[in-house]
Amino acid sequence: MNFQHRHVLGIKQFNAEELNFILDTAESFKEINTRSIKKVPTLRGKTIINLFFEASTRTRTSFEIAGKRLSADTVNISGSASSVVKGETLEDTARNIEAMHPDIIVMRHSASGSSDYLAARLNCSVVNAGDGTHEHPSQALLDAFTIRQHRGKIAGLKVAIIGDIAHSRVVRSNINCLKKLGAEVVVAGPKTMLPPGLEMLGCRVAPSLSDALEDADVVMMLRIQLERQGKSLIPSLREYSRFFGLNENNLKLAKPDAIVMHPGPMNRGVEISTAVADGPQNVILDQVENGVAIRMALLYLAAGGDKMVEG
Amino acid sequence: MLAEATEILDSASVQRALTRIAHEILEHNKGTDNLVLIGIRTGGDYLAAQLQQKISEIEGINVPLGTIDITMYRDDLGSRNDLAMGQTDIRFPLGDRKVVLIDDVLFTGRTIRAAMDALIDLGRPRNIQLAILIDRGHRELPIRPDYIGRNLPTARDEQIEVEFDAQHVPVRVSLLK
Repeated sequence: MNFQHRHVLGIKQFNAEELNFILDTAESFKEINTRSIKKVPTLRGKTIINLFFEASTRTRTSFEIAGKRLSADTVNISGSASSVVKGETLEDTARNIEAMHPDIIVMRHSASGSSDYLAARLNCSVVNAGDGTHEHPSQALLDAFTIRQHRGKIAGLKVAIIGDIAHSRVVRSNINCLKKLGAEVVVAGPKTMLPPGLEMLGCRVAPSLSDALEDADVVMMLRIQLERQGKSLIPSLREYSRFFGLNENNLKLAKPDAIVMHPGPMNRGVEISTAVADGPQNVILDQVENGVAIRMALLYLAAGGDKMVEG
Repeated sequence: MLAEATEILDSASVQRALTRIAHEILEHNKGTDNLVLIGIRTGGDYLAAQLQQKISEIEGINVPLGTIDITMYRDDLGSRNDLAMGQTDIRFPLGDRKVVLIDDVLFTGRTIRAAMDALIDLGRPRNIQLAILIDRGHRELPIRPDYIGRNLPTARDEQIEVEFDAQHVPVRVSLLK
């Protein structure tokens, strides 16, 4: 297959064949992460800049490890330590970084569409590590990879996504990705956290948590963003937990071999009980582990796909 | 596009060559102690399985068999169209092993360079030997095979095709002009 994308901006740019190709490529890279010498020379001599304008531990570390295991040189720039705080625009910041000839910029930014904006203006590859409430493609791909690992397939599975659908870039990328790969997606959450027009994405909006959980193969819990919308959109955390929290009892509505996922960081006792978070059905740390392999695949494909588009 | 295909080896000739290579490997290594076979995807892995079977028929011992994918070690990222990657599957430690690396066609030697780098990242073998079904010349690196099925002088623009059946048994080697 000819993979011809120099940027990874969102799931929306890929078709099912390309998504599967990314997952297959990640499968090859996964093996490296269990070796004693965790390094291959694939991206030797490439420079990757992780430009994170928003706080992130998991994603940034995962991208950094992925780049290092491919032998690329990785540099981290965080928003609070950059010239953004001195009033520089995003475009100027990016142009200054580009003048140092990186091959790939991995960016997280609070503004939706910011990575598309940069990709249209820069010559290097841009990989979106989360833009506002828009897309988070590497998260959706690592989720799909983890589902495939545990259930052997994605097509035909019922995936329930529970929580703050409106403000989650993880959800938007995930619905898109899972639909393209043939899964059935059902979402549930408080009415204040369900955006209008969700059906246009091809998913069903369940009237209640139990309806969404019924016979699900995969249960994906989203974080209530306590530092952001969380407080004003729900009466109280206790009430949210009561109506939309996953616990040992309501998990029984799902299939007995259903897997429980969470993109992290978890609020234990709010959207997920500790018993479930640590229970036998959780694959939460597998998601983190697989994230490195997925990001290795994305960096490799962006670097390799680059020349083909230009040449 | 390639007009002319000439058969170089038929199925029986390939089998005879592999049988001879199996004997040579055993002779050179004085048996199967610490011996492992590693085939390079794709083609070399099928031949490695054939050699494992032949060694088993001769010595009654199944030597460990692994496959290696060298895509991550290639030196031409950005100038090739196919980014597809296979999997490396070596389920035994390589430390102190005598590794016979197996490929179907030896050409520039760049694949073998990549495969040796890949192997050494996985451990420190006692030595690495190279078995090749067809050596077609045109080396670009100082690499020479230890076991050769057939030496076949070729022109640079010709191609060698090794065909396998559905069970991954080699059936024919052809020269395409």
